[in-house]
Amino acid sequence: MRLLINKIFLGLSIGSALIGLSFLAWILITLFMKGLGSFHFSLFLNDLIDGGLRNLIIGQMILAGLASLIGIPLGMTAGIYIQEYGQGKYASLIRDLSDIMMSAPSIVIGAFVYAIVVVPMGGTSGWAGAIALAIMMIPVVINTTDSMLSLVPRELREAGIALGASKYKVIIDIVIKAAKVGIMTGILLAFARIVGETAPLLFTSETSNYFTLNLNESFPSLTVSIYDLANEPEKSSRDLAWAASFILTVMVLIINLTGRFVTRNKK
Amino acid sequence: MSVMKIKKFSFTYAGVDHPSLKSITLPIQKNKITALIGPSGCGKSTLLRSMNRIHDLYPGNKYDGKIELLNEESGKFENILEIKKENEFIELRQKVGMIFQKPTPFPMSIFDNVAYGLKIAGIKNKSELSDRVEIALKGSALWKEVHDRLNKSAMGLSGGQQQRLCIARAVAVKPEVLLFDEPTSALDPISTGAIEELIVELKKDVSIAIVTHNMQQASRISDYTAFMYLGDLIEYDKTENIFLNPKEQQTEDYITGRFG
Repeated sequence: MRLLINKIFLGLSIGSALIGLSFLAWILITLFMKGLGSFHFSLFLNDLIDGGLRNLIIGQMILAGLASLIGIPLGMTAGIYIQEYGQGKYASLIRDLSDIMMSAPSIVIGAFVYAIVVVPMGGTSGWAGAIALAIMMIPVVINTTDSMLSLVPRELREAGIALGASKYKVIIDIVIKAAKVGIMTGILLAFARIVGETAPLLFTSETSNYFTLNLNESFPSLTVSIYDLANEPEKSSRDLAWAASFILTVMVLIINLTGRFVTRNKK
Repeated sequence: MSVMKIKKFSFTYAGVDHPSLKSITLPIQKNKITALIGPSGCGKSTLLRSMNRIHDLYPGNKYDGKIELLNEESGKFENILEIKKENEFIELRQKVGMIFQKPTPFPMSIFDNVAYGLKIAGIKNKSELSDRVEIALKGSALWKEVHDRLNKSAMGLSGGQQQRLCIARAVAVKPEVLLFDEPTSALDPISTGAIEELIVELKKDVSIAIVTHNMQQASRISDYTAFMYLGDLIEYDKTENIFLNPKEQQTEDYITGRFG
């Protein structure tokens, strides 16, 4: 009887796993077939106005890069505060808030940035998009920094203090170094997450058909353009959307794999 | 002659009602090894960790009484429990070094590990740094094994080598007292033997206090032994007297393995 239950349970688990995986495979296969069909290297050379994706890819990377420049230092210092300095209620309040922020719907963050940046500035802009992505990123970086620092053994901090080092020196010289690989991986994964976001950009940076580096106007975004292109009636636009989705997926995949590769090699 | 005098010292952890150490009076003799023994929870580590005030890393603990450390220059004893300023803490910890139960190599090169305390002490001259690192590594019987890979990460060393590296790191700043908190309990017998030899060798230059669960170890290497139980110091004497001729019944019960 027990053997039978065991077998049924095993069968159910395998079945569910297969169902989940088959959907994932379905997505990837569709993406590869449709995407590869309309993929061409000239996409990297022309801007959207000429039927290419160059400005969108560069724009998306700039938005995510700027968001990282804002989000990583803020998130890391907050994470260090919670783990190393914060005691009691105040630190755990920040930790809880950050956890809640992590699960905040991204469209809500987009709407928030619309209200506090886009409206006062009088229009959508690259800055607004970068800020929205940074807000998405901060809780992830806080969480990674916090949990990676918590894995550093207490004795290592004490050993630094016992040599006469002050607390901040121990944190900078020893604790962060010991947690470096984990924090870097977390940051890469956070970057991979925001680089594929659409909702926070939809009404903050919008997108642009032209190449621009001016962050004060609507800024080219790959994800928002995929959304726009997919809604257009012409087949050529929808094919371009498939190609863009394919490129975006490969980009995110590469960043994710780099993150995993770094962890595996350093541990 | 003593280098440290613990006088009526009591210690209470933050958020706890009753003290973990109750009015301990104990000397640490100069250039001798003093072993602190006793069953788990007797307070021996708490006492050791008071001697360099590493407890201060966690706020809210209460000290009472005195722990006096000999100032080699003036010849006077100074109460380390009165220290409040950052630079005085740095000075105290460079005078009273500590080695932990688990080896604690920093995630940096072997050289940088040993040089870490020296840099904090303000030594910047490169040739002086490398001289002091070499002396410390030789003094910790590690030089032969690592002299050709000083720039490699210390994380690649074996457990026993890592522990000797930590000793070298502590010795490099020329402390007056070294505190060992069960330094061999995470090591194999051969590494343990090497560390024990090293500790005995070190007492030429420093005074040593060691917490150990291993009574053979205490009897092998220490000159004086303090037996503690539930926060009280039960007996303190020369090691041979404690092990061969204890005055207190509790001491005898513990060392003969009847409890603990």
